[in-house]
Amino acid sequence: METIKLTIDNRAVEVPRGTTINKAARLLGIEIPVLCYMELKDMNIENKPAGCRICVVEVEGRRNLAPSCATNCEEGMIVRTHTTRVLNARRTVMEFILSDHPKDCLICAKSGNCELQSMAHKLGIREIPGQEIAAMSTYRLDTSPSIIRDLDKCIMCRRCEMMCNEIQTVGALSAVNRGFMAAVAPAFEQNLEHSTCTYCGQCVAVCPTGALTEVDHTPDVLRALADPSKTVIVQTAPAVRAALGEEFGMEPGTLVTGKMVSALRALGFDYVFDTDFAADLTIMEEGTELLDRLNRHLSGDKSARLPILTSCCPGWVNFFEYYFPDLKEVPSTAKSPQQMFGAIAKTYFADKIKVNRKDLVVVSIMPCLAKKYECQREEFSTDNNRDVDFSISTRELAAFIKQANIDLNNLEEDDFDAPLGESTGAGVIFGATGGVIEAAVRTAYELQTGKKLDRLDFTELRGLEGVREATIDFDGLPVRIGIAHGLGNARKLLDDVRSGKSQFHAIEVMACPGGCIGGGGQPLHHGNSEIIKARAAAIYAEDKKKPLRKSHENPFIIKLYEEFLDRPNSEKAHHLLHTHYFERKKKIVVKQ
Amino acid sequence: MSSIKIELRQEDIEKIREICSSFNKDPQELINILHKCQEHFGYLPAEVQEVVSNELDVPVAKIYGVVTFYSFFTMTPKGRHPISICMGTACYVRGAEKVLDEFKKELNLQVGQTTTDGKFSLSSLRCVGACGLAPVVLVGDKTYGRVAPDDVRNILREYE
Ligand code: SF4
Ligand code: SF4
Ligand code: SF4
Ligand code: FES
Repeated sequence: METIKLTIDNRAVEVPRGTTINKAARLLGIEIPVLCYMELKDMNIENKPAGCRICVVEVEGRRNLAPSCATNCEEGMIVRTHTTRVLNARRTVMEFILSDHPKDCLICAKSGNCELQSMAHKLGIREIPGQEIAAMSTYRLDTSPSIIRDLDKCIMCRRCEMMCNEIQTVGALSAVNRGFMAAVAPAFEQNLEHSTCTYCGQCVAVCPTGALTEVDHTPDVLRALADPSKTVIVQTAPAVRAALGEEFGMEPGTLVTGKMVSALRALGFDYVFDTDFAADLTIMEEGTELLDRLNRHLSGDKSARLPILTSCCPGWVNFFEYYFPDLKEVPSTAKSPQQMFGAIAKTYFADKIKVNRKDLVVVSIMPCLAKKYECQREEFSTDNNRDVDFSISTRELAAFIKQANIDLNNLEEDDFDAPLGESTGAGVIFGATGGVIEAAVRTAYELQTGKKLDRLDFTELRGLEGVREATIDFDGLPVRIGIAHGLGNARKLLDDVRSGKSQFHAIEVMACPGGCIGGGGQPLHHGNSEIIKARAAAIYAEDKKKPLRKSHENPFIIKLYEEFLDRPNSEKAHHLLHTHYFERKKKIVVKQ
Repeated sequence: MSSIKIELRQEDIEKIREICSSFNKDPQELINILHKCQEHFGYLPAEVQEVVSNELDVPVAKIYGVVTFYSFFTMTPKGRHPISICMGTACYVRGAEKVLDEFKKELNLQVGQTTTDGKFSLSSLRCVGACGLAPVVLVGDKTYGRVAPDDVRNILREYE
């Protein structure tokens, strides 16, 4: 590899050609501040629009300061990173950015977690000159079911655009206009709700400021908890327990399942349940559907389409409704665990505790912003009463716990309530990419072959590779499995399905890189995949600890079928636990 | 769950497809394709951008981004009598802005807009090279020189 020698702050360094000044400085332990720049190492993504100019440095022999995040090292370069000229320039740049930025940090959702705020602090900005000269530019607030866009707080770093286009290939957002009217927006500056946005929340996860945030449902939850006429129950998704601790200063990968249950009890929920229970239920329904299709296919039934696609990720469901509506018969019809939980809670459980569904409030804690939208979909309501009333993210839960002055770190561990809190290890691993299909394999194998599995860890299905494949031997029948996480990766597998090239029997898709553990509602990981890996390890560790690790062995699942649902894919199960999809592709209507 | 309805005549769609094909549907040629479309339609309404998006497999948000970035693209149809006011230095110094303001007031329009009856549209131009006549106003092909705010009403009256 060709290398280059240069001097940074009087210290010599040798780097491969193509290295930026910023990275070279980092090798020397010199940190040059960045704002618009972002690197997602393991996804091979670098966002360097060189827009903000916070990272400028002095390069000997050049008249202008150079943005270090986007300027490559050259042989013999002499760079100075923190001269008075540089410090002055950074300050001016920051003052300029702040002069067109609202000052409502006090009530901003990102306050305390905002990269602009910490940069202003770091650079010691105490006043913002020039405000009397020009009025701030304003842009209308756009509220969708999941995401709020407050573009007055946008600094045009274009990270969101990169996530939406490069990683997710959704293309809902693009930089539009120029000058003070510049914004990142959907086509024709429509509201997000009218774009092809899937609500995956990956743009929110990388936005450095309060320009993109989730719709906060904590106040609704608080109101329900305070209302004595309501019974309020909560379900927590598998990925939440593996990340919540980070918001309380714990190491990434610390499992806080028991403490989280205690915290939810302390917040006043009447029953603390687990989405993992519904994940087990999902496996029963989806696994049965898989085997049904597979066996019909093997016996020559042409109407049995393969591969079957998982359907538990609402971001992914939105994606195929927009981009692959012609394939809408291919995914499993099983609802997501969140919605299965809601459907069972508002029927079976409501009857059990003799509460009218209107007085039963179901709250979900999700790593996900798409779930906010999902629970508002019309088909998931009965008589205008939602199956899941409110969905709040891991981040919102953390804020809620802090608000109630609950010290998560020092809470005793507690257990989920019965009956909807009982789950197996198979339900837990739903949180990581590959987990749903691994859980499905554990159950489908035993149902298909009638034999006991001699191993439960299908490591060939795990990992963070964007697209993975594996063949699992079902006692002589090779079952070919594909896995994709991140919608751009999903698109690759779907293109093959569309063109008939796909050889898979089953494909798992998760919209978020890493699966739900990297969800749009999780504590911000700032692109550090070590954090994702630690969360995945925590999920698999919890699975290992569980006495039962196969969904069909969950005694409460067995009881639920006996008492209520009859058997997987029964008529009742279909009615309550399955759904259908819509074509949302834009049609070109011809005017006569 | 709204799906956007696009209303274009079949021949319009064919025309856009033809333009895209003549550039091998190459996304790199987006700007040239949009130029050709604007030449044909006079402007680039959302519907046209949607079809180009489908043809090139480029998100329509990106196309809209390009259309709004370059000032030579417009999404509003020009009026039957497009009015352009020169904002070159000479015209500006001799009061073109006041003339423009008068047009805005009379027509109740902003630059880049078209009256609801489709009659007039308003735009500003860089120097048209008729500095001797500054300030200069163009209405369609006709040139008006040394225009003062007081003349605006009379000019408009010519097109009644
Ligand atoms: S939520 Fe996902 S699909 Fe929607 S704009 Fe953000 S990145 Fe794009
Ligand atoms: S919305 Fe956020 S992520 Fe997107 S450009 Fe603005 S500041 Fe950057
Ligand atoms: S991967 Fe998980 S967190 Fe992300 S959109 Fe899908 S369900 Fe939500
Ligand atoms: S961080 Fe380098 S220009 Fe913004």
